[in-house]
Amino acid sequence: MTKPDVSNIACPIPFAEYPTVMMAHGSGGRMMQRLIDDMFTVAFTDVQPNDSATLSIPQDKIAMTTDSFVVRPLFFPGGDIGTLAVNGTVNDLAMAGARPKYLSVSFILEEGLSMETLWQVVCSMKNAAGAVDIKIVTGDTKVVERGHGDGLYINTTGIGIIEHEHVIAPEQVRIGDAVILSGDIGRHGMAVMSSREGLSFEGDIKSDCTPLSLCVLDILDAGLKPHCLRDVTRGGVAAVLGEIAGASKTQIEIKESAVPVKDTVRGACEILGLDPLHIANEGCFVAFVAAGEQDEVLHIMHGHNPLAAVIGTVSDGKSGIVTIETPIGGQRILDVPAGELLPRIC
Amino acid sequence: MKYLDEYRDPKAAQSYIAAIEELTTRPWTIMEICGGQTHAIVRYGLQDMIPSEITLVHGPGCPVCVTPIEKINKALKIAALPNVIFCSFGDMLRVPGSGKDLLSVRAEGGDVRTVYSPLDAVKVAQENPDKEIVFFAVGFETTAPGNAMAVYQAKEMGLKNFSLLVSHVLVPPAMESMLSNPECKVQGFLAAGHVCTVMGMEAYHPIAAKYNVPIVVTGFEPLDILQGIYMCIRQLEEGRYEVENQYARAVEEHGNTPAQELIDQVFQIIPRQWRGIGEIPDSGWCLSEEYKELDAEKRFDMEENSHKECMECISGEIMQGLKKPSQCSQFGKGCTPDHPTGAPMVSTEGACSAYFRYRKDAA
Repeated sequence: MTKPDVSNIACPIPFAEYPTVMMAHGSGGRMMQRLIDDMFTVAFTDVQPNDSATLSIPQDKIAMTTDSFVVRPLFFPGGDIGTLAVNGTVNDLAMAGARPKYLSVSFILEEGLSMETLWQVVCSMKNAAGAVDIKIVTGDTKVVERGHGDGLYINTTGIGIIEHEHVIAPEQVRIGDAVILSGDIGRHGMAVMSSREGLSFEGDIKSDCTPLSLCVLDILDAGLKPHCLRDVTRGGVAAVLGEIAGASKTQIEIKESAVPVKDTVRGACEILGLDPLHIANEGCFVAFVAAGEQDEVLHIMHGHNPLAAVIGTVSDGKSGIVTIETPIGGQRILDVPAGELLPRIC
Repeated sequence: MKYLDEYRDPKAAQSYIAAIEELTTRPWTIMEICGGQTHAIVRYGLQDMIPSEITLVHGPGCPVCVTPIEKINKALKIAALPNVIFCSFGDMLRVPGSGKDLLSVRAEGGDVRTVYSPLDAVKVAQENPDKEIVFFAVGFETTAPGNAMAVYQAKEMGLKNFSLLVSHVLVPPAMESMLSNPECKVQGFLAAGHVCTVMGMEAYHPIAAKYNVPIVVTGFEPLDILQGIYMCIRQLEEGRYEVENQYARAVEEHGNTPAQELIDQVFQIIPRQWRGIGEIPDSGWCLSEEYKELDAEKRFDMEENSHKECMECISGEIMQGLKKPSQCSQFGKGCTPDHPTGAPMVSTEGACSAYFRYRKDAA
C-alpha cells in the first residue's frame, strides 16, 4: 500500500498573517473558511464540501464507532495526537472485524495553538488514514478560549464495512480458546508518561501507535474465525481481560512469563512501581481463538509484530476471574487498575 | 533482564522452597516489615508456595498507609490554597483524608503535582518564585535522605517559597512497640532492606537480643524473600536470635553514613502518630530547629483537626500481625481500594489492598 506523505509540504496558511489559532477561526466566518480551504481540504482531499458527506456502502452490514482524543504532550516518541485519532478509531473498527472505510474528524482547538503544530497533526492524520485507505469525508472545527483546552482535542467517528457473517464478541469466547496477544505491551503508556514527566530511560521507548486493521483483515481474509478481538488500550491487558472474563462468564488463565514486554518498558515500569499489564497500548490487541486456529493466527500476527504470543487459555473455572501464573510459579488474581496510574514512593 | 531475572528464577525458587520445607519442623510466624515485601509476596503468590506451617504476617511498613489522617487533612487544606503548588509522590494522591483526597483537590482547582524526587519540588520552587511550594515528605528512613537533601538545598539557595509537610516514620521503634505487646505472635522478622541501606543494621541488634527474635534484613525480589524466610526459619529452628543480612548487595552494617549525617542535621526525633496504630514514642522525624522555618505546618497556620476511624476497621491489629485482612468484617465490602476506610487498604503496598488485589480468597 502506498503511503502518502505530505510532511514535506509547508503549512499552506501564511504564518506571518496568522501564526496561531484565533477565536475567529471557529466563528463560521471568512477566517474559518480559510482554515478549512487552505489547510484541512489540502490534506484531507476526500472531504465533501457539504454539511453531510454522502457515502455509498457496498455491504449491508457496517460497523460504526466514535472516540475522542486528549493527550498531553501532543507529540510523543512514536506518534502524536493525529496518528492516535486515526489509528484509535481504525482499531475500534478492526476489533469488530470491519474494513475501515470512512472517517469524520472534529477538532476542538485552543486559541493560541500554533498553526504549524496544527499542520503537523493534520499531516499525521492524512498519513495514518492513507496507510489503511480510510477516507476522511467530513469534519468540524471549534475554537475555545486560551486556557480552556490542552492545545487541541480531536474526535473521530469511523465507519467500516463487515464483509463476513462471523460474529466477533466477548460472548463468543469458548472454554479452551487460546488467548493471543498481537505484540509486546506497555510502550505507548510509558512513552507518553516519560515524555510528559520529562523522565529519561536508558533506550528510547516509542509508542506502539499503529493501525491494527491490516493484521485483523489478514486473519479474516485467511478464513479464520476469531471468537473475540479487543484492542488493549487504557487499563492495559489487565482491564481488557477482566472485562472479557466478566462478559463471557469464563475464567481466563494467563502466564506472566509468556506476556511479551520489551526490556526498556520493563525497566521503566520497575523503576516507577508500575505493572506492564496495566499500561496503555495503541497498537496491540488480544484475540480469543479456537485452539485449532491458534498456530495460524499467531503466524499471521508474527508478520506484523514478531513478538506476538499465546499468553493463556480460557477455562471453566471461576466465572469472571483472570488468574495469572507468576514467573516463579505462584498463582494470583490479575487485578484491574483502580484509575490513574500513580508511581510508588519507594 | 539483568538484576531482575536472576532474582525471579523459578528453578532457584523451587530449590529454596524445598530447602525451607526440609528445615521446617513446626509452625512459625514471620513478619515482613516493608510494604514492598508484602506487595512482592502477594504479587508472586509466595504465601501459597511455602510450607503451610509458616505464617507470613504483614507489617506496618507502608508509609502511605500509616500517615495519620490528620496529616492528610492538613495536606488537603494546604493544597487547596490559591497560591500554593503542592508536590507529592504519586501514591499519596489517592489517600483519603476526611472525605476527599489530593486528586479531588486537584480536580477542584488546586495545583497538585506528582514529582519523582523531592529535588524536583525544589526546582519547581526556583521556577515559581511568586508561589509557595510545599512538598509532602512522607516515608520511612528510605526516603529521608532525599527529603533531607531537598530541605538542605532549599536553605542553601535561600529559597523563601519552599517548605516541607513532614510525616516521617521510623522502623525500629515500631518493631519494639509491637514486640512489647504481650499478644504479639511474631517470632521472626524480615527487616526492610532499603531502610537498612540508609540506616545500617546497628539498631536491630539490641531488639533481636532483648526480645529473642531473629531479624533478617531482606530484599524485595521473590528470591530475596524466599532466602530471607529460609534464613529466619533456620535461626528459629536452631534457637538463634541474631541480625543477619540477606540483602548484602545493598546493605552494609553501618549503612550510608553521609546520608545519616545529613538526616541528623535536618531532622530530629519525635513521637509520631501511626494511622491505625496510634502514637509510638520516638518513632518519627520532624525538621530540626535549624530548619524549622521550612516547616509547612509552621508556615501555614493550620488548625489541629481530629478524625475518627471506622469502628469496624481492624487495621491496627492487621499491621501488628495479630489478624489477617480477610478477618475484617469490612474487607472487600465497606472497604475496597477504590473506597478505603482503613489504612492498609490505601496504597498498593498496604496489606489489605495487596490481599484484595491478588488473593483468591479475597474475590
